[in-house]
Amino acid sequence: MKLLKIVPDHTNIDFVRLRGIAFGLTLALSLIAIALVGIRGLNMGVDFTGGLMIEESFTSPPPVEAVRATVDRLGVGDAAIQQVGSANTLSIRLPIQQGADEGATNAVVRKVEAALAQRFPGATFSRYATVGGKVSDELKWKGGMAVFFAVVGIGLFAIVRFEWQFGVSTVVAIIHDMLMTLGFFALSGFEVDLNIIAAFLTIIGYSINDKIVIDDRIRENMRRYRKMEMREIINLSVNETLPRTVMTSVTILLALAALLLLGGHVLRGFTAAMFLGIVVGTYSSIYVSSSLLITLGLRAEPDRARPGTNDKTRVDKSQIAGAERITPRER
Amino acid sequence: MLDFPRWKVASIVTVLAVLCLLAFPSFLPERYTNRLPHLPKINLGLDLAGGSYLLLEADTADLANSRLEAMRDQVQTEMRRATPRIAIGDISARGGQLTFMLRDPSQVDAAREKLLGITGGGAGLTGQRQWDIQVVDSSRFVVRQTEAGLNQAIDQAMGDATEVVRRRIDELGTREPTIVRQGASRILVQVPGLQNPQQLKDLLGKTAKLEFKLVDDNANPADVARGIAPAGSQVLAYPGYPGGRIAVKRSAIVSGDQLTDARQANDPQSNAPIVNFTFDTQGGKRFARVTQENTGKLFAIILDNAVVSAPRINTPILGGSGYIEGNFTTESANELAIALRSGKLPVNLKVIEESTVGPDLGVDSIHAGVLACTVAVLLVVAFMFLTYGRFGAYANLAVVINVLVILTVMAVLGSSLTLPGIAGFVLTIGTAVDANVLINERIREERRRGRSVVQAVELGYKEASRTIFEANVTHGISGIIMLVLGSGPVKGFAVVLLIGILSSVFTAVTFTRMLVALWIRRARPQTIHI
Repeated sequence: MKLLKIVPDHTNIDFVRLRGIAFGLTLALSLIAIALVGIRGLNMGVDFTGGLMIEESFTSPPPVEAVRATVDRLGVGDAAIQQVGSANTLSIRLPIQQGADEGATNAVVRKVEAALAQRFPGATFSRYATVGGKVSDELKWKGGMAVFFAVVGIGLFAIVRFEWQFGVSTVVAIIHDMLMTLGFFALSGFEVDLNIIAAFLTIIGYSINDKIVIDDRIRENMRRYRKMEMREIINLSVNETLPRTVMTSVTILLALAALLLLGGHVLRGFTAAMFLGIVVGTYSSIYVSSSLLITLGLRAEPDRARPGTNDKTRVDKSQIAGAERITPRER
Repeated sequence: MLDFPRWKVASIVTVLAVLCLLAFPSFLPERYTNRLPHLPKINLGLDLAGGSYLLLEADTADLANSRLEAMRDQVQTEMRRATPRIAIGDISARGGQLTFMLRDPSQVDAAREKLLGITGGGAGLTGQRQWDIQVVDSSRFVVRQTEAGLNQAIDQAMGDATEVVRRRIDELGTREPTIVRQGASRILVQVPGLQNPQQLKDLLGKTAKLEFKLVDDNANPADVARGIAPAGSQVLAYPGYPGGRIAVKRSAIVSGDQLTDARQANDPQSNAPIVNFTFDTQGGKRFARVTQENTGKLFAIILDNAVVSAPRINTPILGGSGYIEGNFTTESANELAIALRSGKLPVNLKVIEESTVGPDLGVDSIHAGVLACTVAVLLVVAFMFLTYGRFGAYANLAVVINVLVILTVMAVLGSSLTLPGIAGFVLTIGTAVDANVLINERIREERRRGRSVVQAVELGYKEASRTIFEANVTHGISGIIMLVLGSGPVKGFAVVLLIGILSSVFTAVTFTRMLVALWIRRARPQTIHI
């Protein structure tokens, strides 16, 4: 049986040379993403804004304007109405009820339910959620904290296990991944809710995973080929790990595609975010984070190349050590 | 690496076989597993099973207030009872503290002694003072509750409240509710498969503080209408009564704590819904004595500080039981009966977050999730097999076992499978496969460098293991952060992710290495197809 090979053996793409273009493209896309978030804003769900969300199933595709009119007549605030999942389902979001306690919010759910059931016979709720202002502030804070600590924690881990340059380049690449994902949410108008925080953390975890594998190979090759130029080591390492990088990404994307197409509408934003995040994460692993190591001044003999050490002794020692231990690449 | 002693093979196979077999009850329909309640079976989260999630928060300010008011009443009574009597002016209970003047400044020491007794002396069981007593200007007392005292009171109230909430939810006859205290003043309630969440909320929103007090018939109706009560009495709302207010004596004859039972019933004459109740022995005796002494007068039945009804005592009530009538529907009477049976909440609870999923959406989500997972596994399995042949097949076996192991571990730990959890499964499949991709690509590489089969396999596993370890640690870091800081769906996702990380290292590395080793030892291949 002939086995499948997505990436041919012995690729030798000069990724480091492409880094000028890659950095430009990355920067441009990041700026576009920031602009999109700034201009279009994010479609925040009730988890983060507080208020209530009712997802209503109708027996036939409902006229959105008629639903809006029905809800508006109840005088419970401006309703944001959006179609979710099938054409028969609408999500209706209402702001926190002014100066009222939870009893009033419950009453609003009942009022909207009753009004819709009367106007559109057969309409029932498929789910609803109410979130108080205090809780939504907490969720926002905790979500932000979770993302922040994930980035910092993993960056620290990379610094402890590798060199500081690895930590920095990884964190930069992750910030890029997150900006892209945020830009996607601004563009697509998918609702940003608690699930999306989980998606973000997963993207971070996955993207790091990808970078650590390449970093690990760079470190290994730095020890093996002491005399090799840094850009060659990086090119070699990225090329050597390329089959794995592509293979893993394709596998996860296959699994996510199944979830995206068949997993139902509740998870659609979540899976879409992960799908995009993995594509972006793979790109940044190959083009951004490793090449950034050169820009950050990673040199061979990392143990003696810490910033602040005397440059002259470093060169001498590395030459001696390299001369003794150099091994040719086995073919 | 080919050295896999027999005992090692046997123990790996046994552990995995047991873990996989234990996953099966989770796939069986409920009618079979109901007969085997001891087998671990995975719980479905609310988003899959349908049901309600409520986050309740205690009104701690209200608790502090009522604690202060109780202390005021106690101080008044005790000062009056003291010998010689300690005369004090009006006690104000404002700004979180009690303030009162002594009429005779020479009684300062006696008053302080008395106060120390009431407030539990210098130190309670925990060694911390509950109340702070200060004397200002030689005759003015300021009594403040300490932070520690209030926190202890809140803690105790929350413990009791959690029990009351549990009893009330149990009365609704729902299966497997989750009721846990969260933080200092919150209770998290999850009730799967509930058809009518409104009923649950109404029930939990009731404090159900029941009191029986005598009506103060000496009160001036004009004063009562303005909300002014004679000394020793208080004005309460009484919907349906002329003026909407009524004056009652401050001290209760009997309270709801002294009930042993309460049931919804119908009035034999009017057929209107009522609530029958039974006092405990002590409460019954007390009620009998007071009604004997006050025959012909009115007494008020007070629920949550509002009068429900104020019937006349026609004959002494000696049997230790009675009924409450009011403007009830069958449902509201039943709710009241449940609330009375389960005891009063020591503190008001408010719903600050709620999420309810209808049963239909839950069923749709399960179907979609199972379908998506099956397709995802099939796609990944086919892709792996096409890419790595025999080694892909080993990896696939590891992935399937991994899924079963995660299910078992979740069932044993009692964590619920949620929709984000299903997404976590899909992602875990991806990362588990990644470990094998790393190993297999490394073997390919080593073969290209001209190493022998055994050497290549050995080096492939050895070199890749380090990378896999590092990758999983970083993944684990984000998983732990999600578990600690995340709430609701994020937690559900993190649980699957973390279990998956642990089990996938075992299945994807150790287990496949064993399979490869056994194969190489048996077949002694000169070349491998990878």
